[in-house]
Amino acid sequence: MVKTFLDTDNLPFCKGCSHQMIARSTEKALQILDIDPLDVVLVTDIGCHGIIDRKFHTHTVHGLHGRSVALAAGISAGLADPRKKVVVYIGDGGTSIGINHLLGAAHRNFDMTVIVHNNMLYGMTGGQQSDLTPGSFNIRASMSGFTEEYLDVLKLVEDAGAAYVSRIQAKGDFSEELAKAMRVPGFSLVEVLEVCPSYGLKQNKDVTVANISEKFDLPLTSRMNEKAKRAEIADRTNNPSLLDSMKPVSVEFGHNLKGPFTLLMGGSAGEGVQVAADIFATAAMSCGLNVTKKGSYPVTVGTGYSAVEIIVSPEEIVFTGIGKADWAVVSSEDGMSFLKKRIEGMSGGRVITDAAYTVPGSGAVVHAGDFRGQVPGREINLSMAIVMLGISGIFPAGAMVKAISDNKIGGKMDVAKLVAASDALRAQIGG
Amino acid sequence: MNSKPKKVLLDGSMLIIESLVRAGADVFIGYPITPANNLYSYGAKRFPAALAAPDEITTLQWMSGYAAAGKIPVSATSFPGYALMIESINMAYMMELPMVIVLAQRLGPATGTATMGAQGDVLLMNGTISGGSSLPTLCISNVDDCWSLPPEAIRWAVRMRTPVVLLTSKDDVMTLRSHDLSSLPPIEKIERDYFTGEGPYASYSPGENLVPPFLPVSDTKHQVRLTASTHDTRGILQNSTPEALGNTKRLQEKLDRNLGDYTFYDLDEEKGAGVLVVSYGITAQAAREAVSKLRAQGSKASLFVPKTLFPVPPEYFNIMEKYDRVVIAEENQTGQYRQVLFGSGPRPGVSGVNAIGRIITPGEIIQEVLENG
Ligand SMILES: Cc1ncc(C[n+]2csc(CCOP(=O)(O)OP(=O)(O)O)c2C)c(N)n1
Ligand code: SF4
Ligand SMILES: [Mg+2]
Repeated sequence: MVKTFLDTDNLPFCKGCSHQMIARSTEKALQILDIDPLDVVLVTDIGCHGIIDRKFHTHTVHGLHGRSVALAAGISAGLADPRKKVVVYIGDGGTSIGINHLLGAAHRNFDMTVIVHNNMLYGMTGGQQSDLTPGSFNIRASMSGFTEEYLDVLKLVEDAGAAYVSRIQAKGDFSEELAKAMRVPGFSLVEVLEVCPSYGLKQNKDVTVANISEKFDLPLTSRMNEKAKRAEIADRTNNPSLLDSMKPVSVEFGHNLKGPFTLLMGGSAGEGVQVAADIFATAAMSCGLNVTKKGSYPVTVGTGYSAVEIIVSPEEIVFTGIGKADWAVVSSEDGMSFLKKRIEGMSGGRVITDAAYTVPGSGAVVHAGDFRGQVPGREINLSMAIVMLGISGIFPAGAMVKAISDNKIGGKMDVAKLVAASDALRAQIGG
Repeated sequence: MNSKPKKVLLDGSMLIIESLVRAGADVFIGYPITPANNLYSYGAKRFPAALAAPDEITTLQWMSGYAAAGKIPVSATSFPGYALMIESINMAYMMELPMVIVLAQRLGPATGTATMGAQGDVLLMNGTISGGSSLPTLCISNVDDCWSLPPEAIRWAVRMRTPVVLLTSKDDVMTLRSHDLSSLPPIEKIERDYFTGEGPYASYSPGENLVPPFLPVSDTKHQVRLTASTHDTRGILQNSTPEALGNTKRLQEKLDRNLGDYTFYDLDEEKGAGVLVVSYGITAQAAREAVSKLRAQGSKASLFVPKTLFPVPPEYFNIMEKYDRVVIAEENQTGQYRQVLFGSGPRPGVSGVNAIGRIITPGEIIQEVLENG
């Protein structure tokens, strides 16, 4: 028994509109494929061609102007079932506004068949020109900004990676051509050359469906791309929990804090400020403290300043902002200028830095030493944190040293040497 | 839950992604943008499927396609990406497709400052849907919410067949903090109900609670019609027939009728307090601290942290009505949620604490409570 896909009574188009030819040939093509109507999803764009969905007995999805190809790509990927056919109806207008979706779907070679209804104008809005309108096709409300060249959608999607493309004309029964495209696994596109009698023919009296191809140099063609690759969507249903890979920090040290302690760190990108702060935070946790850490750096992470706000507290930390900082650790000129205002606002506490930098005036006591001379640049922030702990005594510097050794960067450096250099610096500048 | 503490250093993004997946989200589709990048990279690592879209319009369209196929999609973005999504969110809303969009706010307008937190997109949530219907919006107010609210967003999306926004900001999704994993309550996978009747099936024929039972476009027994244009119960485009307009109105009515099931807030009332501090999102932490400091120094104050921002639950007004003064703290210039709750004109007894480009401090809230009282 022949399956019915389309209710052909009163198709919703003007008399003589090519869109009805496509609807009828689509039904026949699906009959040739001998597929069940409910194994087909017809996705229609906004435009005259799109209002046909109500007449189809397939599943139908009617979305936005120009986005149907992307919507269908999601459906195709979501179904991930080669027994299903996803067919898209889109106009030359939808192709213009949504060309990136056609390229994107072709590029990933999503399994779907796109039928471009090219009547060379925006039918639904009154016959304006689209990017697929040839320059010599007369448009009623023509605007400038167009050339003789039309957008060759076949070439574009082919370049992007489509598996199959063809250009045909909306004449007679072209179901075989549509069926051929629908059989292709992957992304296939058929551009159908059409006329819109209501807006296209009055100003273009000599144009017929049969002569568009020649008149506007739109060659009828079909091309298979045997090398087209399908985008695989990996199934990672058994991905482990993100939390499983988190190593809990056990409490091994004590601390001397009665309340929250706030610390600013500032340095240059590429010198491990953020990593040093993460290690500092882990060390604080190993002393039974709660921690919050906020990093800030320019969007270009490899250059300029890199700064951190840290709160450590024996109590739960509710508000994570820092008003006045208790201490600041500054390892470079970049860091100093970024933190200038914050340091000026300090009414007490300490600033640890290299002797080469000018510290803005504030209520803080400054401890400046020859860090740059004594430790490598990539370890300078770690060293300053060790010295800072040594002087402040908020929690043991040993917790920091252990956290460095436990971190993967610990394996790439001489930790004992860093500790010795830091202790020497502390002896010089501490007190 | 009495097991020994398991303290780790993590950000809110990790908790959000993990809890979304545990609650049953199937696919993460994203386009990178600060401050949502951690959500993106955790999403790529954890989700059963993860797709890199070439832009945010595509993101929302792919999500809608997945949702039509019966999956639960998630994305994470910030204003510039959200702006591109808006027409497509309207589409998904009209088609009644479930999905969750995590919106990590940053300082605008336009590209603004990518690495600066903000709460400047609240009115945008209220105005996303053309015609003024509400877009369900939940707002994270602390690290616990990063774990507990995402499953509620999924439940809301699935049960009400709607896109849901999970609103957050840079400070919630990027700040690292020590957190005890052993304190995290378990999360149940949200099971979905499909239409099981004999038919005929009409995609938009409302069932219980005004929500139409769902079928994916892979069903082999019933035809499914999804449409974003004004449509009747069968999903067939209509200009403005009473049936079609009734369907459009139902989109708001289904949310209103069932809002009680999705109303979340913290209310910490102090007996005899005349002032209510209202805050949400990243500023809620400052408000919590402000209220405990006020109490410690002997000033009575109550605290209200709404988490369901839209639709605005009617009981919020019952809560606020009891107070002579309401102080609303939010990190935006004009007091966006204050305008939603009380209108844009001045209102006796209602004041705001507002800032942009920096976090609001507990001190500022305390000052407003004490000085203008
Ligand atoms: C984003 C957006 N912009 C503009 C429109 C208005 N609009 C509706 S249909 C259409 C053009 C349709 O032309 P085409 O895709 O060629 O289909 P046709 O009507 O010719 O079949 C336009 C511009 C819209 N719906 N959405
Ligand atoms: S306006 Fe043109 S494209 Fe639209 S239905 Fe009429 S003839 Fe067809
Ligand atoms: Mg057209």
